[in-house]
Formats: sequence, C-alpha cells, structure tokens
Amino acid sequence: MVEPIIRLDNIHKSYGKDDILKGISLEIMEGEVVVIIGPSGTGKSTLLRCINQLTVPNSGRVWVDGVELTDPKVDINKARRHIGFVFQDVNLFNHLNALNNISIGLKLVLGMPAPNAKEKALLELKRVGLEQKADLYPGQLSGGQKQRVAIARALAMDPRVMLFDEPTSALDPELIGEVLEVMKKLAREGMTMVCVTHEMGFAREVASRIIFMEHGVVVEEGSPEQMFANPQFNRTREFLGKISELYGKHTE
Amino acid sequence: MTYLTFLEIALPELWEGTLITLQITLITLIIGFVIGFPAALARIYGGKALGAISTAYTEVLRGTPVLVQLFIIYYGLPQFGVTLPAFSAAYIALGLNSGAYQAEYFRGAIQAISSGQMLAAQSLGMNKLKAIIHIIIPQAFRLALPAWANEVVSMVKVTSIVYLTAVPDLMTKAKMLSSKYFNPIETYLTAAVFYLVIIGILTVVLSYIEKTTRIPGLEMEAEAR
Ligand SMILES: Nc1ncnc2c1ncn2[C@@H]1O[C@H](COP(=O)(O)OP(=O)(O)OP(=O)(O)O)[C@@H](O)[C@H]1O
Ligand SMILES: [Mg+2]
Repeated sequence: MVEPIIRLDNIHKSYGKDDILKGISLEIMEGEVVVIIGPSGTGKSTLLRCINQLTVPNSGRVWVDGVELTDPKVDINKARRHIGFVFQDVNLFNHLNALNNISIGLKLVLGMPAPNAKEKALLELKRVGLEQKADLYPGQLSGGQKQRVAIARALAMDPRVMLFDEPTSALDPELIGEVLEVMKKLAREGMTMVCVTHEMGFAREVASRIIFMEHGVVVEEGSPEQMFANPQFNRTREFLGKISELYGKHTE
Repeated sequence: MTYLTFLEIALPELWEGTLITLQITLITLIIGFVIGFPAALARIYGGKALGAISTAYTEVLRGTPVLVQLFIIYYGLPQFGVTLPAFSAAYIALGLNSGAYQAEYFRGAIQAISSGQMLAAQSLGMNKLKAIIHIIIPQAFRLALPAWANEVVSMVKVTSIVYLTAVPDLMTKAKMLSSKYFNPIETYLTAAVFYLVIIGILTVVLSYIEKTTRIPGLEMEAEAR
C-alpha cells in the first residue's frame, strides 16, 4: 500500500474561544494537486499553516513524507526545508534582490556553497521565466513577478510538496495568468500541491481533487468534474456558483 | 582686542574642544548602540523578564533629563564610594541615555517589518535565530538609519552638557574663553559656528550613506514618497 505524502488526522485549532478548525482529516497522495476552496474566515490558511506547523494545532497529528511534524521531538526546521510555502502576500525578503531571495535558503539552510547556490538560484529563476530580473529588488518587481520569484524560492529547496495560500488573490487581474501558468506547469511535472485558490479554471485544468471547507470542517470533496457537475450539497453548488461568477472572467 | 586677534587665540582652543566633543559623541554613540540594539531585541524577542527590564530602562532614561542622569553618575555615585573621572562619567551617562533612544529607534524599525518576513524565513527551514540575524536585522538597520542619523546629530549637541562636569569639550572651551576675554557674544557665536559645521558635515555624510544604501521598496511608511 502506498503511504500518503501528507496526512492530517483530526486537526483542531482554536484562537481563544473561536474554534477555527474542528477536526480535519485529510490524506494527500504523491503527485496529487488538491485545491481547497471555501468562504473567507473558514480556516483555509490556518489549515495550510498547520501542515508545515507555522501554526501549531491544538490537537491532532500531521505527517509529511513519513515524518510526524506534530511529534514534539521532531526538528521542525529541518522538516520545513522540503515543504514549499507560497504566501498570499508573497513575503519576498525586501532587502535582497531576486537572486539572493532564492539563494539565501540554499546557503543558510542547506549549507550550499555560494557559487553553487547562485547557479541553482539562476536556474530556478529561469524556470519561472525571470532570469533577466535576477538583480532587481522586490520593490522593483511587479506583483506577478514577485509571486513567481517566491515560487522559485520555494522550489529551489527541492520541496517534496508545495503549499499555496491564495497566491494570486492579491494580484491585479492581468497578472494572475502568469502565476497560474507557472503553477500549472509545476502540476504537470508531477509536483504534489495543495492550493488554496478560487481560480476555478486552474482547478478544472490540473486539480485531482477539490475540497470545499466551511466553518472549520470539510463539507465536501471530490474530483473537479464531480464537484462542478454534481455536488452532493446545495451549499457546495451555491459556493461554486458564486466563485465562478467572481473569479471566472480571467481564468482562460 | 579685535575679533581677528581673538580668533588667533581662540581657534586652537576651540579646535581642541571640538576634538573632545567628537570623541565623546563617537564613544557615546557606540556605547548607546551596544546597549540599545540588544535592548530593542530583548524587548521584542526576549520574553517577559528581559522585555520588562528593557522597557524599564528605555522609559526611565527617556523620561528623565540627561543632565540629572549625568549628575547622579558624576556627583551621586561617589556617595557610594564610586568616584568616576569626568570623562568616564560622561561616557556612561550619555551612553546609557543614547542607548535608550537607540533602543526605541531599532524597536520601531523591527516592528515595522511585516511578520510575513519571519514566516517566510521559517517556511524555508530557517530557525528563528538565523531569521533574525539574516532577515530581520539587516532590514531593521536600513529602516532605522534615518532615525539613527538624527540621534547622531542630537548627540553632538547633547554632549555640550559635560561642561558642567568640567570635561574640556567645545562648550567648556568657549566658556573659559568668554570669561577670560569678557566677550561672550563673539565666543559663543564662534562656538555655535563650530557646532554647525560639525553637524553640517555629519549630516552630509549620513545622508550620503542613506542614499547609497537605499533599497527600493524598503523604507519606513513615513519616509516613503
Ligand atoms: N493568529 C491569529 N490570531 C487570532 N485569530 C486568528 C489568527 N489567525 C487566524 N485567525 C482567525 O481564524 C479564522 C480563520 O482564518 P483563516 O485565515 O484561516 O481563514 P481563511 O479561510 O484563510 O480566510 P481568507 O479566505 O479570508 O484568507 C479567522 O476568523 C481569523 O480571524
Ligand atoms: Mg486565507
């Protein structure tokens, strides 16, 4: 039997009296592209951050690539090396140019010698089509370019899985396409991806599964075909209808 | 005595005083940095106890006149058997004072950095210490530079209080000249020009450093154009 590369078991997370995640269990197999959708404030980001423990769940267990990250004895920094994370607000390092944004993790975390790190960083920039922007600072890049550098920064660490938290929702509509293209390419190359996104064109094209979350629980999940054509719950249909209306226009 | 003959006598004296003023400014700023920067880190990352100590330090020193602080150290400590030379007392008092202000500038700079920077560093597998050293501190230095430049300028002026503890700085030299030649207007105006030139040069140098180290998109909200 093949083990899932990501496994969540009964994850609970609350802030004060607010229960945000109310017992989420999930298994994701290697090579899957899972798209998570759901209304604002539902706990999608919280769930994604629980996977790499940027947010520590109150209870429940998380395994990634065979390692239990919720085990207090685990070296979480080491485990995070190979879990790529792409943020909604990008979070490129503001004092470093595009190249150094990518190479800094290689040098400081993986201990790669500077010339090798530079070479690899350039390669990763090329992969997202930005090799000619290597010397520019985040403040000199467009929103879409920044997010592509951020993806390259995560990819440089040779991640086993990539987590995307609404990578395009802060972008101007005309910049969304270039980021989605990079993500689609990645999906086709076989990367295991968990994407919180409301870009349903992307989901239709590359998702192996869509998960609809609301109020801290998984309401429904299924293949894109099934979710779009024949959802089990009215609520799912309603929400998919709403986001297709909102986000449909610029997803080719 | 004409102003020119007075200048002939006064300039070497004032120059000597200027060197002392610069020396006190420099040493004070260094002491202030060595105390203030860790104090800022302690307040943000140091947990409850260290944070409270750092807060108490900055609030007490910024909440009382620097002259009172200098007198406590120079005139007050001897009561406990600790007698410090005037120079040492000046370095300690002004250094502690500057440290409190520098702590606030660095704290403001660190807090202006979005929490996403730390999260992004951690998501790559950096531990918190590496993230602070390689991601937060370089940005904080750059962000704090304008405020820090103000502290340099302000320190040049604040050092003039050491004439009250008989340190032979620019102000002390001026005071001596003026009581010797009974020409306070000429003396103090000349001294003022000295201060102005020192500050002018420092301002030019500091804004040059600011300009050459500018990183597009990395600035405090208030200085963003
Ligand atoms: N650090 C925190 N402290 C307190 N409350 C938090 C924190 N982080 C998230 N929350 C709360 O948890 C809830 C879920 O937030 P989360 O960001 O996971 O939602 P989301 O589904 O990603 O929403 P969106 O679509 O708006 O990004 C929200 O009500 C939010 O206010
Ligand atoms: Mg979110």
